[in-house]
Amino acid sequence: MKWLSLFILGLVMALLIYAETDLPDRGDPEAPANQHVSPLYLERTVEDTHTPNAVTSVLADYRGYDTLGETVVIFTAGIACVLILMRRRSDDNQIRKPNS
Amino acid sequence: MITRYESPIVEVVCRVIVPFVQVFALYVITHGHYGPGGGFQGGVILAASFLLLRLCLGGELAHQKLPPRLAIALGAFGVLLYGLTGLVPMMAGGQYLDYGHLPIPGVSGAELRYVGILIVEIGIAFGVLGIMVGIFDNLVERQS
Repeated sequence: MKWLSLFILGLVMALLIYAETDLPDRGDPEAPANQHVSPLYLERTVEDTHTPNAVTSVLADYRGYDTLGETVVIFTAGIACVLILMRRRSDDNQIRKPNS
Repeated sequence: MITRYESPIVEVVCRVIVPFVQVFALYVITHGHYGPGGGFQGGVILAASFLLLRLCLGGELAHQKLPPRLAIALGAFGVLLYGLTGLVPMMAGGQYLDYGHLPIPGVSGAELRYVGILIVEIGIAFGVLGIMVGIFDNLVERQS
């Protein structure tokens, strides 16, 4: 069983490496991902938002909805941590019943 | 709860460092428009200053600076500020999170989007600050 899973892992790795050779180089200006809206963002960020830092204008303005979701995710995860920690404390305060 | 350990060195160094850390955090938050920085990073630095206060001064003194309940409330307020900043332009006739329609008198066009980004960054910073401090407070509370 262990050898079988190792074999499958190796197979998937070979497949992924084979697929990776077809991907465009990192930072390649001719890549499809860099051809669609990225040049527009870079060209118009100062004129649209008066913000020279394109990272901030994309993060908070062009892709503001994404960042809103990010903030809500962080907040929800943190609140969940706080609730779990509170629960642990109140459990410890109770005297353990013998049969539970 | 953290109890205070009497050490003049730790206390004095903490009292000297914390204001500078907080000013630097505000700088990072507002400098997001021009360079590295922004709400997430600045909020964490601001939270770190309050955590330093809690570590050095002990719970009783540090909780006067930022009570644990207020920290969580601040976090919720930050996320709400972000959401409302999206909702207000919708009332004014634009789309959700379209800062160009924020009803702020005196600014218009690109300047308005600039202000919108700033408000949103401040909201993010509040959210991160509240959550970091809230988790820390609940982690260190004494189990009695």
